[in-house]
Amino acid sequence: MNEPVLEIRNLNVDYGLGDQAVHAVRDVNLTLHRGEVLGLAGESGSGKSTLAYGLTRLLAPPGVITGGEVIYHPEKADPYDVLALSDNNLRKFRWAETAIVFQGAMNSLNPVHKISTQLNDVLQAHEPKMSAHSRNARCREMLKLVGISADRMDAYPHQLSGGMRQRVMIGMALILQPQVVIMDEPTTALDVVMQRQILGQLIELRERLGFSVIFITHDLSLLVEFSNRIAIMYGGRIVEEAPAAALYRDSLHPYSAGLLGSFPALRGPRRELSGIPGSPPDLKGMPSGCSFHPRCPKAFDPCSEHIPVLGRPDTTDGSTRTVACHLHPAQVPAGVSSPGER
Amino acid sequence: MTSLQDAEAPAGEVVLEAEGLTKHFPVRRGLRDLFDRRSRAAVHAVDDVHLILRRGKVTALVGESGSGKSTVARLLAQLYPRTDGDIRLHGESTRVKGGRNFRRYAARVQMIFQDPFASLNPVHTIRYHLTRALKIHHNGGSNAAELEDALHNLMSRVSMTPPERYLDKFPHELSGGQRQRVAIARALGADPEALLADEPVSMLDVSIRLGVLNLLRDLKERLNLAILYITHDIASARYFADETMVMYAGRMVEGGDSETVTQSPAHPYTRLLIDSAPDPDRLHGELEPDTRDRGNGEPPSLINPPSGCRFHPRCPMAGPRCETELPVRLEIGDKPGHWAACWLYDAQGVGK
Repeated sequence: MNEPVLEIRNLNVDYGLGDQAVHAVRDVNLTLHRGEVLGLAGESGSGKSTLAYGLTRLLAPPGVITGGEVIYHPEKADPYDVLALSDNNLRKFRWAETAIVFQGAMNSLNPVHKISTQLNDVLQAHEPKMSAHSRNARCREMLKLVGISADRMDAYPHQLSGGMRQRVMIGMALILQPQVVIMDEPTTALDVVMQRQILGQLIELRERLGFSVIFITHDLSLLVEFSNRIAIMYGGRIVEEAPAAALYRDSLHPYSAGLLGSFPALRGPRRELSGIPGSPPDLKGMPSGCSFHPRCPKAFDPCSEHIPVLGRPDTTDGSTRTVACHLHPAQVPAGVSSPGER
Repeated sequence: MTSLQDAEAPAGEVVLEAEGLTKHFPVRRGLRDLFDRRSRAAVHAVDDVHLILRRGKVTALVGESGSGKSTVARLLAQLYPRTDGDIRLHGESTRVKGGRNFRRYAARVQMIFQDPFASLNPVHTIRYHLTRALKIHHNGGSNAAELEDALHNLMSRVSMTPPERYLDKFPHELSGGQRQRVAIARALGADPEALLADEPVSMLDVSIRLGVLNLLRDLKERLNLAILYITHDIASARYFADETMVMYAGRMVEGGDSETVTQSPAHPYTRLLIDSAPDPDRLHGELEPDTRDRGNGEPPSLINPPSGCRFHPRCPMAGPRCETELPVRLEIGDKPGHWAACWLYDAQGVGK
């Protein structure tokens, strides 16, 4: 569990070049361990989707990766930097090692092709030596795994419901048995009942197949329940990272606390909630210092001047949580490898 | 704009009432169906809905997509003609089609739409949007100074202060939360008695949703408004609404005081909905076996809705009676006003 599978180091992503550039992701350090579900939460514009596209090199222009490394650890080979891969190697890396389920995945299926054709396509491209018969068998097996009966193989996407299309997308992402699956708001367009069914299935599949998941969403209450660790992004930076339960019980960054306090509870006493005052920052004109300080109820002098460093606030308790806040100054900055990592 | 007269009306007074509200959208498959009157298929979007909006109260309508909750709002706003049933404004049956009657109705019942990015015209300023609302409903006063006053009044009501900073901006210059506030201000420009809010916060960022909900609650108290709050998030209904109704596949299945409906849900569908909602306190938890979905998590087709109770194909407690007989509203008896349309609460049960 503690073996890393994907390490992101000081990743920076800009949109545009030169003075016009908007810094969408700044100095992100994040490690995904084998077999875990890492939740990435943040509001729109916080850079969470950009981070996902950046680390898979799927950014469309004007997005540019301006610095950093993404180290991928294959199961039985030496680790390598994804950002330095040649085009040919990148093609082999994508899907086979890291698959992505896109936002609005329901619309990512080609409407004029049958499900079977689209699943077959993936296999044909990545495993050209496979026979048509075994390809078909694999598609069948994959659909069964995500809970779609094999007789729907020859259906067109419009003949399936939203939830079924989402399942096909998840099956398609898993068909080459990747080590890492990135899910970018996979259930936002679905109803709660369907959402729970699909997530339950995902957790079950993860236990069976052993892949790791980066789960991107704005719904923090969902992450607390489903992920092992949670990283919270604000204004392009990670502001807090902690095990899910620890973050829920005792969040250190005021933004995490505000976000947790923005969800009315279904159980327990009814209390007055206030959300977070103000509105999310504009990436074109970021506030100085900590980008959260104009909205922060606990802001004090250094907040508007110095950017807080993401790091472990307390070295004594041996936990792995990190936070970027002047209230909890970092003792061990993240990114500087701690003992145990390479 | 004065709402003196409104503010004096007693809280709890019935403003808008729907009885047996029904809407079927005809489905035309081909040219031949145009001439063949016998076999007209229809989407049974809303069937037999009873709803009462009271002054100073928020009524929530909770349901999944496709359950017909938005159609109910549009029927109440008279944007769609209804197939059957009655809508009563202050006890008076109303059916308006457009023109002057519609404007008179709209002055009293206003709607707020889901997407503030689409409901404001991108080529006009905030001032234009609000001025139009004020003028159409004759709340703009008789001269420029009075109009300016009314505009400032509206903006400060939705806590967009100072008004000068926002009035001459275009919608794209505002954030989502601010745009939704403008949309609310525009609805208030008509000085309405009832607001129909169709998922007013679901397109907004998580951290500002509560700000908008708290604003609506504040307005409800200050202006004594009746609010219909449509949502798919039952937790926010518990937070914001006094009364909660649950819809499934075009029918109301449960209703009552929000706290009762969310804390001791009676209908199996409401239980499924509540158990499916994300709950941070249940870490990697599993659902209770008796609230499991028997189906595949999908609502039925509304062209040929299931016979009897529309939830029976998915219901874990369903019996033979559920397949044939349409359940009526039955009192649960734990709290006054708590009802469910489910045979489980009938003396004869679901049948063997």
